[in-house]
Amino acid sequence: MTPRDVETVYEALALKLDAVGDTQRELFLAKLALLLSHDLGDAERVCLRIDEAALNIDS
Amino acid sequence: MRPAGRAETDSLYFDYPHFDAPKDRSRLDASAPVAIVGAGPVGLTAALALARDGIASVMFDAKSTFNDGSRAICIARQSYYILERIGAVAPFLEKSLGWTTGRSFYRGQQILEFEMPDSPREKYRPMYNIEQQYIEQYLWDAIEREPLIETRWQSEVTGIEDLDGGVRLTVRDPNGSYDIAADWVLAADGARSSVRKLRGLSLKGENYEGRYVIADVQMDHDYPTIRRALFDPDCRRGGTVLVHKQPDNIWRIDYQLRDGEDEADAVAEDNVRASVAAVLADLGFTGDWELEWWSVYSANTLALDDYRDGRIFFIGDSAHIVPIFGVRGLNNGLADAQNIAWKLARMIEGQAGEALLDSYTPERRGATLDVFANASKSARFMTPPTPGWQLMRDAALNLALTHPFAGELANPRQMTPYTYADSPIVSPDDPGFYGGPVPGAPLPEARVGDGFLSDLSGPGFTLITFDPDLAETVADSDLTTVALQPGSEAAEVLAAGPESAYLVRPDGHIVSRWTRPSSTLVCEALKRSLGRDRT
Repeated sequence: MTPRDVETVYEALALKLDAVGDTQRELFLAKLALLLSHDLGDAERVCLRIDEAALNIDS
Repeated sequence: MRPAGRAETDSLYFDYPHFDAPKDRSRLDASAPVAIVGAGPVGLTAALALARDGIASVMFDAKSTFNDGSRAICIARQSYYILERIGAVAPFLEKSLGWTTGRSFYRGQQILEFEMPDSPREKYRPMYNIEQQYIEQYLWDAIEREPLIETRWQSEVTGIEDLDGGVRLTVRDPNGSYDIAADWVLAADGARSSVRKLRGLSLKGENYEGRYVIADVQMDHDYPTIRRALFDPDCRRGGTVLVHKQPDNIWRIDYQLRDGEDEADAVAEDNVRASVAAVLADLGFTGDWELEWWSVYSANTLALDDYRDGRIFFIGDSAHIVPIFGVRGLNNGLADAQNIAWKLARMIEGQAGEALLDSYTPERRGATLDVFANASKSARFMTPPTPGWQLMRDAALNLALTHPFAGELANPRQMTPYTYADSPIVSPDDPGFYGGPVPGAPLPEARVGDGFLSDLSGPGFTLITFDPDLAETVADSDLTTVALQPGSEAAEVLAAGPESAYLVRPDGHIVSRWTRPSSTLVCEALKRSLGRDRT
């Protein structure tokens, strides 16, 4: 993925997160995570990324 | 519960019998080899299984009739083998509705259709629906044909005391109170077991938040015997509804209560009627219906630490409570009854060592813990316990509307038979096999001639061999030998070569298997599976 590709995804996500609205944002992200995981087809890698994504998140 | 004006056993489709307490008081205190407390499906099955092995029992039940309401309505394939072996399966096959398919819906749209494993090589369907009254009735009909079983209704066990080599029960009925000694006791007295309380034992485990009302209605509804699960339906936003067809035009509707919904309000007749009407509207049913019976249920995973307490064995709900999702409550209770019955019978007959009885807890508690693992998964999907589980469940359902793979998460993982892999009386596997069932697993089914492999099983242990020479060298009064053709369907299912052999227990579970058996190996395995290898 080129930096330009990453930027394309970044922008599309930002726009969609606003479009789905406050109440559905979590649901949208969870759906997307399942969908991308299925495309990736590698449960071990997804679980690793789940832990990585949780780093530096202050509760 | 039933509608106002109808008594607890005033059913639209079933005539409850009435049983008196024993009238003849002269021999009430005569000692019994086995006392069974509780004449529900599990106690009745245990009594029949013991009688089949020639063991007499006396059964006590505090009620004057069967349990009220349809209760446990799904009997799994494995349980039909138990019913067959105790000589009771025929009326079940005639009355029950076999099924293989389930459908799950999310907001009215189907997101999953699943098929339970079935094929022409199977003798029984994976699941049958039948109301519990019929289960009790048909078992009772078999009991009445059996002279080795004496049943005492309206007889409550109020005391239990250990004796040297036995147990003394104090029994109270409307005509008085008496003591009776028994060598062994089977406590089949249900979730609120009085035997368990009298022994000071308690169930341990978790209580899930999900609460359901289960309601039966009678109606002419044109839909096949397919289990339907409705997630987040219009009639119950945020909740889950289950729909099952039963015989006699009875439909079971289970609906989840909302958080904070008051249980007492929820079971008030008007509220049940309104909730059921909303579900039926969602199903597109517009005809007349009659409310038959309802109850309330919450999902628990609770079990005793040890299913044995001295000479008392706990079987069924007295030993374990499991969530309804996956229909494992009754089915596991029946398996408990069969498991302890063949072991106890051989102990009483002097064929077995003490280790055989000690194998009951690890085998059946192991099955319960396996159920907990599976049922907990189902329960987390049906009634998510925390925001995290809730979000992922909702995401899976929502995604399933467009991507079927996500719908698979809604598969309820119905009951599959448990493998006693870690049992002390099951032998290690022969590494020479490639495939086929491992020791501890139930014997799979296959067509043999005009019938099935299971039809060839003997009354006790069965040696299945593909080498006729082995059949001639092994002899034991408790062993039936079955010689099968190499290359047959059974050989394929068992991954058997021309010399392979399987030793199968009276409950249909595999003791041991060999690619190169000998009469010595077979005798050793038989000894171990009777608890006689350690003295």
